[in-house]
Amino acid sequence: MGPRHRGDDVKSVGRAMANNNDLAVLEGALLAEIGGAGDLRALEDVRIAALGKKGRVSELMAKLGSLPADQRKAFGQSVNGLKQRVSDALESRKAELERQALSSRLATERADVTLPVRLGPLQDGRVHPVSQVWDEVAEIFGDMGFAVAEGPDIETDDLNFTKLNIPPEHPARQDHDTFYFHPKADGTRMLLRTHTSPVQIRTMMSQKPPIRIIAPGRVYRLDSDATHTPMFHQIEALVIDEETHLGHLKWCIEEFCKAFFEVDEVRMRFRASHFPFTEPSMEVDIDAAAIGKPGQWLEILGSGMVHPNVIRNCGLDPDKYQGFAFGMGLDRITMLKYGIPDLRDMFAADLRWLKHFGFLPLDVPTLAGGLSP
Amino acid sequence: MKFTLSWLKDHLDTQASIEELATKLSAIGLEVERVDEPAKNLQPFTIARVLEAKPHPNADRLRVCKVDTGKGVVEVVCGAPNARAGLVGVFAPIGSYIPGTKSTLDKRPVRGIVSNGMLVSERELELSDEHRGIMELAPELGEHVGESYADVMGLGDPVLEVKLTPNRPDCTGVRGIARDLAAAGLGKLKPERASSGVEGTFDCPVEIRLDFPAEAAGACSCFAGRYIKGVRNGAAPAWMQQRLKAVGLRPINALVDVTNYISLDRGRPLHVYDADKLAGAIRARLGRKGESFLGLDGKTYEVDDTMCVIADERAVLGFGGILGGEETGCTSETRNILIECAYFDPLRTSATGRKTGVQSDARYRFERGVDPAFIRPGLDLATAMMMDVAGGTPSKARIAGAPPAANTLITFPIGMVEKLGGIAVDPKRIRATLEALGFEVDGKGATVKVKAPSWRPDVHGAADLVEEVVRIAGLDNVPSAAMPRTSGVARSVLTQTQRRVRRARRVLAGRGMVEAITWSFIPRGQAEHFGGGLAELDLANPISSEMTSMRPSLLPGLLSAMQRNRNRGFADVALFEVGQAYRGAGPNDQFMAASGVRAGAAVLTGSGRHWTGQAKSAEFFDAKADAAALLAGLGMDASKAQLTRDAPRWFHPGRSATLRLGPKIVLAHFGEIHPETLAALDVASPATAFEVFIDALPVERKKGLGRGQLQAADLLPVHRDLAFVLDQTVAAGDVVKAAMSADRKLIAAVNVFDLFEGGGLGAGRKSVGVEITLQPMEKTLTDEEIEAVVAKIVAAVGKATGGVIRA
Repeated sequence: MGPRHRGDDVKSVGRAMANNNDLAVLEGALLAEIGGAGDLRALEDVRIAALGKKGRVSELMAKLGSLPADQRKAFGQSVNGLKQRVSDALESRKAELERQALSSRLATERADVTLPVRLGPLQDGRVHPVSQVWDEVAEIFGDMGFAVAEGPDIETDDLNFTKLNIPPEHPARQDHDTFYFHPKADGTRMLLRTHTSPVQIRTMMSQKPPIRIIAPGRVYRLDSDATHTPMFHQIEALVIDEETHLGHLKWCIEEFCKAFFEVDEVRMRFRASHFPFTEPSMEVDIDAAAIGKPGQWLEILGSGMVHPNVIRNCGLDPDKYQGFAFGMGLDRITMLKYGIPDLRDMFAADLRWLKHFGFLPLDVPTLAGGLSP
Repeated sequence: MKFTLSWLKDHLDTQASIEELATKLSAIGLEVERVDEPAKNLQPFTIARVLEAKPHPNADRLRVCKVDTGKGVVEVVCGAPNARAGLVGVFAPIGSYIPGTKSTLDKRPVRGIVSNGMLVSERELELSDEHRGIMELAPELGEHVGESYADVMGLGDPVLEVKLTPNRPDCTGVRGIARDLAAAGLGKLKPERASSGVEGTFDCPVEIRLDFPAEAAGACSCFAGRYIKGVRNGAAPAWMQQRLKAVGLRPINALVDVTNYISLDRGRPLHVYDADKLAGAIRARLGRKGESFLGLDGKTYEVDDTMCVIADERAVLGFGGILGGEETGCTSETRNILIECAYFDPLRTSATGRKTGVQSDARYRFERGVDPAFIRPGLDLATAMMMDVAGGTPSKARIAGAPPAANTLITFPIGMVEKLGGIAVDPKRIRATLEALGFEVDGKGATVKVKAPSWRPDVHGAADLVEEVVRIAGLDNVPSAAMPRTSGVARSVLTQTQRRVRRARRVLAGRGMVEAITWSFIPRGQAEHFGGGLAELDLANPISSEMTSMRPSLLPGLLSAMQRNRNRGFADVALFEVGQAYRGAGPNDQFMAASGVRAGAAVLTGSGRHWTGQAKSAEFFDAKADAAALLAGLGMDASKAQLTRDAPRWFHPGRSATLRLGPKIVLAHFGEIHPETLAALDVASPATAFEVFIDALPVERKKGLGRGQLQAADLLPVHRDLAFVLDQTVAAGDVVKAAMSADRKLIAAVNVFDLFEGGGLGAGRKSVGVEITLQPMEKTLTDEEIEAVVAKIVAAVGKATGGVIRA
């Protein structure tokens, strides 16, 4: 609308240059044009028509010089006031138009918030429950000063049996349904370790007491049925020094069970037993109340004071050194703690099972943050 | 080992309940596996007599009986063909639970006549499968009408089953168990029944020989025998049969039953021969190849020269200490017998037992080591009991050889109980405990001499004595003692490799992969395919043909597992495993690998189809990313390693690579799996895989905990894009490397952002676009300086690869 009236306005300004009423009319016209500008482009046209080099307000300023000196000052002030008010009106209209433009753009931008997103690899991945419990157990024993010792799966008869006070032909060897390799040229044959006890032997043979280790790892027995798999995991503990006795063994097991099952109390039963490599020996049952099933005893581990013959076989003096050892099934305590029904599933690599029983990668067990997620 | 409560009480004077006894037995190392109380189910049933049996008016096969229950006469409808007047049977009143039918008896009319109870069959009481008629008791039991059937029959005797550890041969006899319980305070051991009075009047007519080469002399070190003439071998007395049956043995005849009874009662196996069936001298000797005999179990056994046999002039009669022979066994016709009471070597007995697979009560005892001092007493006890049940006149004993020597003297510092056992036990109590168990304790003061009883071959040293004292004192009474902390705040205990193994799992799981644990042993064919198959890694006794060889790689197990999951309908699989594999059988041949497989669309961003875009199948670069990310997670910058194109043959030859440090150290292989390997493993889809060798990673030395100074320039980096046209065979990595080398100070990064082949470039040509980042450190670069660096880059790339700037 501005440009259409331009010629008339210029004329009127020319006619009534000194007339304040004319200025008021011009201001009213300009403010109306500003208010009527429908978009930023139209507003810019109004600004140029008013304040541009050849705009109406600018022209008024340019003609200031031709006025008589006595009118100049007052007219100059009036025009400047007009210019300021028009500028302010332009700014505020511009801001308003920008707000309107943004609103109408945003009104067209809409996400379907119901569309599914991917949770990312940290939610897809899983750590096997046995690995998780391995870490948990290392955390607990680490706090009690136990290092983690490991050794080979393929062992000699000597380290798996003889040094553990199970000489050749010892009937206890029949309890360990052992996998053997073919005999070597010298007649000896390697075997798959039936327990992680050879790691205890290796440690005692290579390290001076005091010793505190746990030995987790794969072990193998020729056995396969509903509750046995030919490969499974054991975790053994060994302490050798000059003082550690059966009372310490009990304490250690009690503390472990409380920490592991994350309960304040675990009722336990200690039963005398027999293992060739410990003397005295005991088996330990826990009240299944620890896993929320009161009313039954669960056998969880075998233990005892390391047999003097074993200490001697490792080159240590049994009159000076003594200590305890115990061993339990890592898979078994995993099953007990996390309610896993069947051992065989542990090694079946069924994605459904792994996703269900596995742990998220960031569920790293710590003592401060809690072992289980 | 099974026994009944009344049998135990033959040896133990006790008021303890069955529960107390069972709990104590388990606590002291004689683990009670079960307690059976057969009478529990039989309480309602009483002995009754049928007074009259008439046909049922409305049914041909039924009878209506008048039954004297002792508490009155009731009418009972009965379908059994043997229901008749005078029969003494077992009556079940209304409301009683019938174990055999698992139902409770209610009062209801049978074809119009109300039956007020039931006469039962053996099957209905779960005594046997017999169900042809109602039970018929011996007529003389009629005097017990109205009394409890279980009580009258002696079924009220609870049966305990103990799982013996291999070190306790003494507890293969009821007396040994009684001795342990007495020592543990649950009663008093009764004195031995006198049996020394037996002395024959004539020499044993059967000669006994021990016929071994010197190196096998211990196979049977002692063989005592006695001849009894004129026996009458009927049935054993009812009480003996009852006990044998209660523990699961079938009564045979009086003489055999006595040997079984003594075996259970005293842990002393015996054998009895029909002396009239023996030819000449009887001897213990090693078997000879080709010999065989018919065992008492009806099976024929081959003999070899490692086995100890009993033989006469003509033939092998049986395995010593394991199984007697059918042909010289005693029957009801037997008149003259020879009793064998011998000592067989535990190890040989065990070996022969395993070889032949015979499980017998004799083997169970001999392989644990029977009491060597109870040979002559055992023979005398057997003689006396056999004469009790079968009469006859005994000869003098004949003994060949001598039993092994008794136990040595143990020096026992009694303070060791507390030092090792952690429990303070009064010295008097220590002595009393040991003596109650049959040990002889000599001396007073801090150190005593202890002699173990002949029935405890397992006790050799002071630690064994501590065990005896502590188990009897009760392990539950040992006070828990806190272990001293090694440091106030726990220190890290894991080795670098252990930390890396732990971290590897989290890194890979963090890449969306799922951890599996697969078998360490795989089929031999797979082992060979994956570079293994060494004979030394083949099991001699695998459990199945799928588990014969130690794995050289984790990939066969993972690929097979992947396929199993695909077979279950899961197309997108990303599995990993961190575990050991084997290059050989030596202790240093085992190595730790972290390996993974991806198939289908199981890529880092997520598996399966998604509305955001086309599902992308896992390919070479996914495996490369897995391997590189894993190495980075383990502290190894993969770009510092050499990348070579010589991955093993189970990888696709063109889409695989190896990362190594020098010619010897291989850090990783990765790439797509070779189609032939997929076929060999019956894997039906393409797969990518990586193998990272954790032990191969260089040892990281800690350089202090400070992280070093941050190098962050205040000046803006400058980016320039360059596209090079190259021969298609030139590796992009060579372009990057050449570009980087142009100015090591200024060039901060060279990033491949575009790859283009074909089009106007012509066959065999490609374009590689790289974005160069220049990082000025001191002053802003001028255009001339930037152009100078770009020119150097173009020259370096041109020189190294023949590439020219794309026009």
